[in-house]
Amino acid sequence: MNLDYSPEEQKFRDEVRSFIQANLPADIRDKVKTGGARGGKEDIVRWQKILYEKGWGASSWPEQYGGPGWNAVQRHIFDDECAEAGTPMQLPFGLKMVAPVIMRFGNEAQKSHFLPRILSAEDWWCQGYSEPGAGSDLASLKTRAIRGTDAEGEHYIVNGQKTWNTLGQYADWIFCLVRTSTEGRQQEGISFLLINMKTPGITVRPIIMLDGEHEVNEVWFENVRVPVENRVGDENKGWTYAKFLLGHERTGIAGVGRSKAALRRLKSLARRQQGDNGKPLIEDQRFRDRIAQVEMELMALEITNLKLISEEDKAHAPGPEASMLKIKGSEIQQTLTELCMQALGPYALPWLHDGQDLAGSSQPLAENFAVRDTGTSGSYFNTRKTTIYGGSSEVQKNIISQMILGL
Amino acid sequence: MDFNLTEEQTAIQDSLKRYLTKDYGFEQRRALTKTPLGHSAEAWATYAELGILALPFPESAGGLGGNAIDTMLIAETLGASLALEPFLSTIVLSGSLINEIGTPAQRDTLLGGITQGTLQVALAHGEAGARYATNHVATTAKKDGAGWSLSGHKAVVLNAPSADKLLVSARTSGSAFDANGVSLFIVDAKAAGVTVRAYATQDSHRAGEVLLKDVKVGADALVGSVNQALPAIEHAIDRGIAALCAEAVGVMAALNAATLEYLKTRKQFGQPIGKFQALQHRMAEMAIATEHARSMALLAAVKVESADVAERRRNVSAAKAYIGQSARKVGQEAVQMHGGMGVTDELIVSHFFKRLTVINATFGDADHHLGKFSDSLLAA
Repeated sequence: MNLDYSPEEQKFRDEVRSFIQANLPADIRDKVKTGGARGGKEDIVRWQKILYEKGWGASSWPEQYGGPGWNAVQRHIFDDECAEAGTPMQLPFGLKMVAPVIMRFGNEAQKSHFLPRILSAEDWWCQGYSEPGAGSDLASLKTRAIRGTDAEGEHYIVNGQKTWNTLGQYADWIFCLVRTSTEGRQQEGISFLLINMKTPGITVRPIIMLDGEHEVNEVWFENVRVPVENRVGDENKGWTYAKFLLGHERTGIAGVGRSKAALRRLKSLARRQQGDNGKPLIEDQRFRDRIAQVEMELMALEITNLKLISEEDKAHAPGPEASMLKIKGSEIQQTLTELCMQALGPYALPWLHDGQDLAGSSQPLAENFAVRDTGTSGSYFNTRKTTIYGGSSEVQKNIISQMILGL
Repeated sequence: MDFNLTEEQTAIQDSLKRYLTKDYGFEQRRALTKTPLGHSAEAWATYAELGILALPFPESAGGLGGNAIDTMLIAETLGASLALEPFLSTIVLSGSLINEIGTPAQRDTLLGGITQGTLQVALAHGEAGARYATNHVATTAKKDGAGWSLSGHKAVVLNAPSADKLLVSARTSGSAFDANGVSLFIVDAKAAGVTVRAYATQDSHRAGEVLLKDVKVGADALVGSVNQALPAIEHAIDRGIAALCAEAVGVMAALNAATLEYLKTRKQFGQPIGKFQALQHRMAEMAIATEHARSMALLAAVKVESADVAERRRNVSAAKAYIGQSARKVGQEAVQMHGGMGVTDELIVSHFFKRLTVINATFGDADHHLGKFSDSLLAA
């Protein structure tokens, strides 16, 4: 039993750290550290291309498709170092969601066409799963794909509506779960389609989040023609492919690296802000206890995460245990954003759109409310989504109850 | 022991509720947030007409002789509609302060405009550098002939952007944390040397940083006695806290109603999600939290005019802490139970949630007031 990283793993960490330090553009790093974990579209693409050049574009892909041949611990170290350095996120929809499905269930033409373009950031992917009437109950989805033939060949005609589509406003492609049969069980009539976002009949409409940001969309499909070659795997087997994803490569879902970076930021904020007596807020025991509490939670999460990761490379792939990581990981993310907002005291109130006051000035409002602090309350509000998306905490608890506890 | 409202109290609350339900819907509010003023001049005039603005003041000052319970009812009703008008800053904070320690001339000049809705006044007391401490005043007032010259920086002043006048606390003696040595001045918002950096707040209200650079005021600008304004300022802030407690209850009740409706109508897995026991229990907890918050808001209103300052402080802090905690729970749960819709700007739920979050961070959050109440146990 050993909770330490081995010398080889430590050497690997140093190698990753040096590479990021030397290659992460300073302007991106500063933006991410002030603006939050995402980075804008250009930043995400730029960073992806830098990683791609190095051969590190997809840490979890098999080597035959361009993966670096890392084990689970190395992948974890890589995520950790990226979070600490303030890199933009790598877009998960192509790299971690549609790519594994194509690798496992797609044909050679799909693999050779789509995978390299995902890796190099040439194609920006988004996800078409949820619908207004199908959230937690995804299997009840209604977007319809009817098969037909015309002069150009076999195709599906797709009609319906997807929602909660993240960053689809930038997307070149969307992978969709669609209904190809209304007979039998709902789950047995679903297919997995890859759809070009430029296909006539697709409309993307913004959904504005509670913090004012445009991050998700509704996507409308009106008689959208999709060549049958764009179906992954067999017709009516799409639900199986979607479920495969739920048990695949889910240990990143805990977001440990990002939360460790957020915890560092919280402590720095608590040292910079003053308490009621004018002394650093971190000297206020009640507030410091709250930081201590969330740090303890994060320690427990990290070790659980490592434990599950160490099993990932063995025969037993974690499935339902990932639900625990998702629940705790999302709650910790929320607590961290809440404490950062709380640290600001009265300065939790100002909402500075694009960092500006109503006269358009972006000068700091006060000495302890720097430009980099202006998104703090917005992060608290935005992060309420983490216990809702990707399978809400309620659904995750059902998975634990049924699949681990047998209730 | 009497928990009944008088007929007059119920009538005023009903007339306000009727007006807001008819003319202050959510989409109307959204449109208001995009205007330069940021709230409704028409609604403010209507509140004046209905007697809302005059209610808390004595008849001798042009008021209707109401009490903190009346203020509680108004605040709760405004909260349920997420009203944006400066009732808290002009009426509860500034109006009560002028009424309590203003000179007869100041009361004559200012309270008339305040109660009739023609004058807005913002209280500029808090500053950066000491979180929620009410005794921290570093803004200075230096004697300048018969008057004073004010310099300093006031933080997150509610409704500063639309205020005609500012009530500015400034130190006339002592050091930054001394309770003695704080004086209060009425300052024209457009006076030379005054800069207001205006911004919206997270809940779509407006506030601003008030920067004072050698602002010259006359002898008649002093409100109350030199060096002795802090007790009255703290009392006004406690009235503000009691009103915020009541407003939070109004928001929580509206949020519960919206969530309950969603649980009954949103179907997944072939049934309304309100059929799932896990959600039923959590909805029950939201109902319990709101009912108890309502009781604490009542306690704050009853105790806020207590002659015993320690008793007033203890109860107001208990209420603010308790309601901060309950509102957080109700707000977070309501968002969660609405699923993805709860984190959109489109639906009113997130706006209720943001208002509750802002109320918690105003004049001391739950932890701050828990600390105050906890400290009071040492004295008992």
